[in-house]
Amino acid sequence: MPTLTYREALNQALSEEMERDERVFLMGEEVAEYDGAYKVSQGLLKKFGPKRVIDTPISETGFAGLGIGAAMYGLRPVVEFMTWSFSLVAYDQIVNNAAQVRYMSGGQFSVPIVFRGSSGGGLQVGATHSHTPENWYANVPALTVITPAFPDDAKGLLKSAIRSNNPVCFLENEKLYGYKDEVPEGEHLVEIGKARVRREGNDLTIVSNSGSTHRALNAAKQLEAEGISVEIIDLRTIKPLDFATIAASVTKTNRLLIVEENKPFAGWGAQVAYQVQRELFDDLDAPVHRLTSLDVPQPYNGRLEQAVLPNEERVIAAVKEVLT
Amino acid sequence: MPAADPAVKSSKTSTSSRLPDLTPQQKIALYRQMLLIRRFEEKSKQAFTQGKIKGFCHLYNGQEAVAVGTNSVLNEDDAMITAYRDHAHALVRGVDPNACMAELFGKITGCSRGKGGSMHFFDVKKHFYGGHGIVGGQIPLGTGLAFAQKYLGTGRVTLAYMGDGAINQGAVHEAMNLAALWKLPIVYIIENNEYSMGTTIARSSAGDPLTKRAGAFDMAAIQANGMDIDDVRAKTFEAVSLARTESLPTLMEIRTYRYFGHSMSDPGNYRSKEEIEARRRSDPIELYKVRLFEQKLATEESLNAIDEEVSAIAQASYDFAEQSPEPELETVFEDIFAPEDQIAEFRPDPRG
Repeated sequence: MPTLTYREALNQALSEEMERDERVFLMGEEVAEYDGAYKVSQGLLKKFGPKRVIDTPISETGFAGLGIGAAMYGLRPVVEFMTWSFSLVAYDQIVNNAAQVRYMSGGQFSVPIVFRGSSGGGLQVGATHSHTPENWYANVPALTVITPAFPDDAKGLLKSAIRSNNPVCFLENEKLYGYKDEVPEGEHLVEIGKARVRREGNDLTIVSNSGSTHRALNAAKQLEAEGISVEIIDLRTIKPLDFATIAASVTKTNRLLIVEENKPFAGWGAQVAYQVQRELFDDLDAPVHRLTSLDVPQPYNGRLEQAVLPNEERVIAAVKEVLT
Repeated sequence: MPAADPAVKSSKTSTSSRLPDLTPQQKIALYRQMLLIRRFEEKSKQAFTQGKIKGFCHLYNGQEAVAVGTNSVLNEDDAMITAYRDHAHALVRGVDPNACMAELFGKITGCSRGKGGSMHFFDVKKHFYGGHGIVGGQIPLGTGLAFAQKYLGTGRVTLAYMGDGAINQGAVHEAMNLAALWKLPIVYIIENNEYSMGTTIARSSAGDPLTKRAGAFDMAAIQANGMDIDDVRAKTFEAVSLARTESLPTLMEIRTYRYFGHSMSDPGNYRSKEEIEARRRSDPIELYKVRLFEQKLATEESLNAIDEEVSAIAQASYDFAEQSPEPELETVFEDIFAPEDQIAEFRPDPRG
């Protein structure tokens, strides 16, 4: 099986889907001539030309809205936000238009758009550039929210997202762009709305996503040395939530820790915690625990920022807390 | 009312370089369309006062020549998008008045299945892309429609309307920049009725006239007198031709006036009765009536007959809406997700 970086996997997904369907085009800041701020779109301008790979001026609400209008008309836009932090400028267009035009029109229009871009903290880029806003979008009815943690999922889910006839928020992780792992050859599609067990275990279930899945996996290695067996579920899709996979695990381990980079209040993990205690109450041997970022804006200083994130040390401590 | 008004349809042109003269039938048809809108809006006002229409209801009385005139130089398959004062735009696109009134009443027979209401009329078959509530939010959407028209090589154009209150929204400036930069076949139309709710242009907008903003983007700009349907037609035709033949955008400012408040919730205390009465003397329907008399194309009797006809249509739409059923509660879960014909396994369920 070939090994690709997360960004190469995304690049392949874009290239394959653009080749497959002429209505698919990519639009965003620096996606064309610069080959992408994070090089996700490297080589695409050369391959597909300026009609399909389009550099936009810095005007998120303008070009996000333009993408939504184009989708209403029958095209299949992929709109890149250089980082999801910048999507806030377009929040009205995404929430009020992309997510709602179908409903408000009584089902007459669909919006087959993918909003994608990098997200996540840990790079010392400060509070306005470090958001993990998957929960702000997951709260909106009709939006699909995807946060892949591995290259194979990044490729398979981006392909599925582009083929979806509904609006998708596809949040990549900035720190993972260089992460290398195996990606199946050939046509590789991953089903939206299905989580994946990335590590099997018996003592406790961790539900996580994106960068936090890797933090959890690293923590699990250390915990294994101490005789603690942790099962780790990578959600991959935040919404629609794959509760069945979570339930199968929690009924086995009887303990749940959610690890999320979201800020705590109304982060996606709060929704998971609610559903688990509601439907699996009798299966729990301990209250559901959540480990999130600290409830503060993201600081620039490196040590401070690491302390804000749900880092491995905090994951280990949280696991032990649940087990005692 | 027929689905598309045949008398008006034949005046549309896609390749002609000058606006063709209207036949007598077409002129009468324009008058009829304006009067239909007037009577429909009056009926809506009545229904709202009776409590049959809820929420917001923004009436178009006084502005009829803008919707009718601009639409009359379009082809049927061109695209139209507007803000929330949208009843007239839906009607000129050919949306059934019954479906419009039923939507106002929230019935399942409404053009948006009762899901949209007054601010969100839509009709995909009539190339009417709504009906939008966030001021200026429709302008990037309209720009996207034009982008797609160009991308697909359709030869069609988009008309995107806004009020004078929208011109200061960032979204509008961003969209205009994109349209000028990428040479999109769009006409932006400011329906300037001089008031954004209770705020006059003088209190809201720096830079006069509003068309000056087009200059920032090297975009063409045209002003028109919105009380004179012939001026609206002539000026819109210029802009539409530029879009269709050279794929260049235009910013139009059409000066008009609304007789009622911003919405049914607005008593309009910021305007004097005298001002409104004075402006009514330039009523677009009355002005066109005089023109039809001058050209000997109509008489009081013939126009009264039209009034009876369109008033009956308005009343019939009210009756239709009254008698139509409410949506079943189950429909609250419908119309959220498009079928996933490309991904067989994935069928999201809004019930969770």
